[in-house]
Amino acid sequence: MAEVVIVGAGPAGIRAAGVLAAQGLRPILVDEGRQAGGQGYRHPSPGLALDMDALMGTEAGKYRALHADFAELLPLIDYRPRTLVWGIEERRLHCMRDGRQMTIPFDVLVIATGAMDRVAPLPGWTLPGVFTLGGAQAVLKDQGCLIGRRVAFLGASPLLSLAALQYRKLSAQVVAVCDTSPFRDKIAALPRLAAVPRTLARGIAYLAALKSARVPLFHGVTPLAIEGDREVTALRFLDGRGRERRITCDAVALGYGLKPETQLAELAGARFAFDAHFRLWLPVTDEDGRAGEGLYLAGDGATIGGADAAEASGTLAALAVLHDLGLRPSVDERPALRRRLARLRRFQHGLARAFRWPGPALSRVPDEVTVCRCEHVTAGDIRRAMDADLGPVDVNRVKAITRCGMGRCQGRVCGPALQEIAAAHAGLEAEAVGRLRGQAPVKPIPIGLLAEEHA
Amino acid sequence: MTKRQADVVVVGGGLIGAWTAFFLARRGRKVVLIEKGVVGAQSSGTNFGNLRLQGRFPGQYPLSLRSQALWEDIENLIGDRCEFHQSGHLYIAFNAAEREKLEAYAAVSESYGLTIEHLGPADLTRRYPWLSTRAVAATFSPRDATANPRLVTPAVARAAKALGVEILEHCTVTHARRDGAGFIVETADGRSFGSDHLVNSAGAWAGEIAEMFGESAPLFPAGPPQFVTEPFPYFLFPSVQAVDGTVIFRQIPRGNIILAGYPRTAADPIRNRAPVPPSKTLAAMRHLAAVVPALRHCHVIRVWSGIEGYLPDMIPVIGPSATTEGLFHAFGFCGHGFQIGPGVGLCLSEMICDGRTETPLEPFSIARFRGTVAEDEKFRREFDRPAAAEKGGPWARRASPSPAAARSIPCAAAPRWPRCPTR
Repeated sequence: MAEVVIVGAGPAGIRAAGVLAAQGLRPILVDEGRQAGGQGYRHPSPGLALDMDALMGTEAGKYRALHADFAELLPLIDYRPRTLVWGIEERRLHCMRDGRQMTIPFDVLVIATGAMDRVAPLPGWTLPGVFTLGGAQAVLKDQGCLIGRRVAFLGASPLLSLAALQYRKLSAQVVAVCDTSPFRDKIAALPRLAAVPRTLARGIAYLAALKSARVPLFHGVTPLAIEGDREVTALRFLDGRGRERRITCDAVALGYGLKPETQLAELAGARFAFDAHFRLWLPVTDEDGRAGEGLYLAGDGATIGGADAAEASGTLAALAVLHDLGLRPSVDERPALRRRLARLRRFQHGLARAFRWPGPALSRVPDEVTVCRCEHVTAGDIRRAMDADLGPVDVNRVKAITRCGMGRCQGRVCGPALQEIAAAHAGLEAEAVGRLRGQAPVKPIPIGLLAEEHA
Repeated sequence: MTKRQADVVVVGGGLIGAWTAFFLARRGRKVVLIEKGVVGAQSSGTNFGNLRLQGRFPGQYPLSLRSQALWEDIENLIGDRCEFHQSGHLYIAFNAAEREKLEAYAAVSESYGLTIEHLGPADLTRRYPWLSTRAVAATFSPRDATANPRLVTPAVARAAKALGVEILEHCTVTHARRDGAGFIVETADGRSFGSDHLVNSAGAWAGEIAEMFGESAPLFPAGPPQFVTEPFPYFLFPSVQAVDGTVIFRQIPRGNIILAGYPRTAADPIRNRAPVPPSKTLAAMRHLAAVVPALRHCHVIRVWSGIEGYLPDMIPVIGPSATTEGLFHAFGFCGHGFQIGPGVGLCLSEMICDGRTETPLEPFSIARFRGTVAEDEKFRREFDRPAAAEKGGPWARRASPSPAAARSIPCAAAPRWPRCPTR
């Protein structure tokens, strides 16, 4: 029987595993995390009692259902937590688990590696006390910790208001929610957002809750700087009317939506195309998630869709696997799932419009601001290198000359900003400056990685 | 089509082409440098960065020493140091047989006037306490150095441009032919250049240019797999190489450790990619951990490779064409072109301007491939045989390769790699 391996135990990976297990396959589910659930449906660390119903709010039912279904699924699958997949060679995954190297052979690979925050650099963004928005939520759900006592939320994302409410529930003081996208963008996005009225209503409820709690809420802000010497002391910005404001805080959560974790898809041979809605390079798939022979992508790791779309696309990708293996379930759920997924993704396009990534506006990032924090490369370093005689244009060459994107994170953090800054400086469209290519290891691996244990 | 005239057209904007153009421009020649991609992006920009003098092919020492003097003067020459650093090079042996090999290398180096320190176990423990005691002997050459390959070729090309060299990037040569007393070179974008001399420094793609003049060399592409770690406190001062070829590493002052190892990896000159298979990363890490155990907790963060041209005797082609007057070749540097790059450029400029150079280049003649050429021992050791054969590499279309003693390969049967697409 074909060996099916799923990478990522978030909602997409769990749902894919469920479909395959129901057909009597015993998929291997590999996950980097200690516990299943992914980022959004993250489970608190063992021994920690958190009121997850309160934190998850309207999504508590889905959260509980996913974890309950996973518990039932466990005996039927080969679940391997704490396992980093760092490379792919022919039809084998190279993995590290507890400091040991191992390989996992596969015939069929389902990649559901989720997403991470997209960040835009501004003065002070590398100060201690600045966290990504997702990071701020992860410490909350996983450890019951807060990133600060007086927290400001900055960026362009529907998750700004959600995270701010979660922080309030755990008694943090939310000093400001600063959304860089103007309110009129939300109005303009309404037709697409109406594709999923329930989620739209949720977003409006978050805003209403923040308002009634008298949390200062700003739309259309222009961030100026995160201030502080050794740690964050204030956030300075222009409000929607152009007035400068300075708000005292000890932490900032920064997020401009999500970007898919596509490194493994790239190593597995997926092709990429620049997506104009998200202004991101996304792997090319068909509507069921096929990205190559024996290669399927699901969830936010394929394209940003949110948790509901992740569950639907995980199910759909697994059905595509069954179909391609000639194992056809009696009822074909695929057409209904495709329609649902299309609707959910249309909604995400609306969100990308309502909470817009600054994109070409990053051309205004001042020269002295660090873009690549691993290698300490500033926006000015990038521009000066491009201005030099025979200077680079393609982002991979900019990386080669400046080191931007060469460090520990391999451009996962600075990549989108580099793309915009380089394109704007060259006077080109974002996609015209190419795509930062990746190689294994997708995350750092220790030189003393202990010898191979065949799994 | 309007034809533009130059004294010299240089095809290939790697390190060799850039230095050649630079030295020609310094002699007042009008030079056009044509590069299919961007300058310094292939092996010139992706190699290990060693400027090693120890253990070179003996016939190369006059060239190598001349080149090192240019490297030592790089800031004066091009106005940029490019992280040139005279770190010295430590060649290590793991057993008596390897120690003898090192001694033989050292005898050659010393005969050319290099200072070589001969180190035993006690010296190694005292001077390099981080080195595993598996290393039983070493030779240290203080004049050896390193530089940053990513920066050098663009810097040389900028200096050449400042001297008046016309540099065309993203420009592919489609035809080149002899025309009267000179040459006509045509490019994919429809331009045409006339010149008195033509330099073929097209790296892994140079075979195609040579064939335009009825010459061939058994050139094939491969990549040197390279790995780099996160920054670590700076403690590894020399560049270190195991003479068995398993590992070569150096640390740069900002802390990252760069390592490389054999076998080399397959490269695809058509897709322009040389991916590094994870198993090679694991092998390089294992070898490094065995030599410097303290590094086992340090993480590898990035890998890369590039496309280099190799020849079965592991000796480059440098010098005049054997078929066409006015044509000069410089390619197939087999993974050791970085150190001799400036010297090769200087010698070619002298041959073009003066009709001769003081540096002996006879061992590098392309004419040697008219006969049979002995496969070098390194050639057998440094490549993956089965993989190379599958991919149409040096062992393609031959019966199961015998790992026996040195064999000769007739040039007529030399492998032909897929050509670089020109249109």
